[in-house]
Amino acid sequence: MSVRYLLGRVGLALLSLWGVTVLAFVVLRVIPGDPALLMAPVGASQADIAEIRAQFGLSGPIWLQYVAWVWGTVRGRFGKSLWLQQDAIRVILERLPATLEVALAALVLAVAGGILLGVLSVLWRRTWFESATLGAGTLGLSIPNFIWGLLFIVFFGALLRWLPISGRIAPDFDIAPLTGFLLVDTLLRRDPGAFGSVFAHLILPAAALALPLLAVVFRAVRSDLLTAVQEEYIVMERMKGLGELRIIFWRALKNALIPTTTLVGVQFGFLIGGTVLIEAIFSWPGIGQLTLAAFQYRDFPLIQGIVVVYAVTVILANFLVDLAYAFLNPRVRYA
Amino acid sequence: MNPKLLGGVVIGLLLCLAAVLAPWLTPHDPNRQDLSAIRQPPVWMGGAWDHPLGTDSLGRDLLSRLLWSARVAVMVALGATVCAAVIGTPVGLVSGYFRGRLDTVLMRVVDVWMSIPAVLLAIALMAVLGVGLLKVILAIVLVDWTRFARVIRGEVLALREREFVEASRAIGLGPFRIMAEELLPNLVPLLIVLASLEMAIAVGVEALLSFVGLGVEAAVPSWGSMIAEGRGYLLVGWWGMTLPMLALVVTVVGFNLLGEGLRERLDPRLRTDAAR
Repeated sequence: MSVRYLLGRVGLALLSLWGVTVLAFVVLRVIPGDPALLMAPVGASQADIAEIRAQFGLSGPIWLQYVAWVWGTVRGRFGKSLWLQQDAIRVILERLPATLEVALAALVLAVAGGILLGVLSVLWRRTWFESATLGAGTLGLSIPNFIWGLLFIVFFGALLRWLPISGRIAPDFDIAPLTGFLLVDTLLRRDPGAFGSVFAHLILPAAALALPLLAVVFRAVRSDLLTAVQEEYIVMERMKGLGELRIIFWRALKNALIPTTTLVGVQFGFLIGGTVLIEAIFSWPGIGQLTLAAFQYRDFPLIQGIVVVYAVTVILANFLVDLAYAFLNPRVRYA
Repeated sequence: MNPKLLGGVVIGLLLCLAAVLAPWLTPHDPNRQDLSAIRQPPVWMGGAWDHPLGTDSLGRDLLSRLLWSARVAVMVALGATVCAAVIGTPVGLVSGYFRGRLDTVLMRVVDVWMSIPAVLLAIALMAVLGVGLLKVILAIVLVDWTRFARVIRGEVLALREREFVEASRAIGLGPFRIMAEELLPNLVPLLIVLASLEMAIAVGVEALLSFVGLGVEAAVPSWGSMIAEGRGYLLVGWWGMTLPMLALVVTVVGFNLLGEGLRERLDPRLRTDAAR
């Protein structure tokens, strides 16, 4: 991989990060009315309000405010959460693993499921299976993931009672956090019962989060495979007598995966954004659930922290995907 | 007409009819509470014909509320989509046509914009703007104009190398005239497809915002807020949440079918694809 490509990607990531801090800074200051007044408790005196203004860097010339805000952001200082009365960044980081766990589970589910369905629908093309997957793809893509979440709660949680619909683990397990990723923690503690509980709790929220992305991956893999099976090198393989299954899985899929990688990078932002509602619906104790509460309480330190942490996650993910893309695609690797 | 397009057109027409005719079609005022008739089941589950789809926990008629909500959905779908297209298309045109530094700057802005998760941005904007139909539309436009900018730019990058554009340049047409008279007409099929897909997204986002109480005013019925209200009494009356969800799903799927159907019809590349 060329150094130039790498530097370019790092630069892009830093630029995005800077843009996000500008946005978060501006949003707080274009709010109609005085944010300090909004944050002040009922019956606060002028002196209290002036103190709030000073505490959140809302006084002084605008450029000075910006410098102070960036300096604070770089060190992860967003101030104390007004609602929880704790350091905002600590609250957020404590809850970040929960969000990442469900997002990564959804990502794995979406990619694995999408590829599998894509391969099968090409393998069994011109059968009922292809039509069924195409129809399911439209449904998966159209329906927003919070609706999927609610549907799952109604069917699998309330009617069939197959799976838990709230929280990360049954309350009878007490797992002291090591990494914060409960799947990993329960494995490290060698507690299969707790692991099972975590796994069961993860299924519905992860599935609801994954479905729209799964449909996107499915379509991309399918259309790339359909193009690939007509290419000469695949026709050649077929003439050599390789079975269709092997051709598609081992030859065509390899090339179909490269565009899929970029797609996943672009879509990861949607997945992370989806956690806001999915967590609220499934009472999942991550930063998504925190987000709605932070807005309800007009908790600006917390809001700013959440926006920055979410954006950093997405930017970092895109950066990693760019690296993976370069690694997979020789044209970029040697460019 | 392919089946997808047909399905999309039918659903779209029904939705528009429901929205336009809501005041005449509805048996009740959507906000009239009748506390003597709360959570009544739909008629096929033993309810009365007075409330064909039952009532919610305040005794409001669900059919009337569903139909009035269609108005919000249609207004958001049209308003947000048109505005997002009006902002995003020129950005994409300029960016793709001039390329170079301007393109780099504009696309970096789009990149940064898109690195904030859309749902988070929409919720943040609504928290700042306050609730209301116009504000919902504004928030969706501010989040989604990037979609149009990005896709249009990609298409313009390809189009600008074509002979007819080169010919226009050769006879001395200015860049803005080329964009308006040569490029834009060629972007119309793509724009129509993008717009139908955007309508599905806009309706979904409006429902999401109203679901968390950051959408339209509480007095305006909307599928999103109906879903949230119905969730409160799910175990005693499943229809309260399920019916608005069904309406939302049908609408969103309908717009998607419309978009996909139009794409298959308008894009000659896909037409050969389908024939294969």
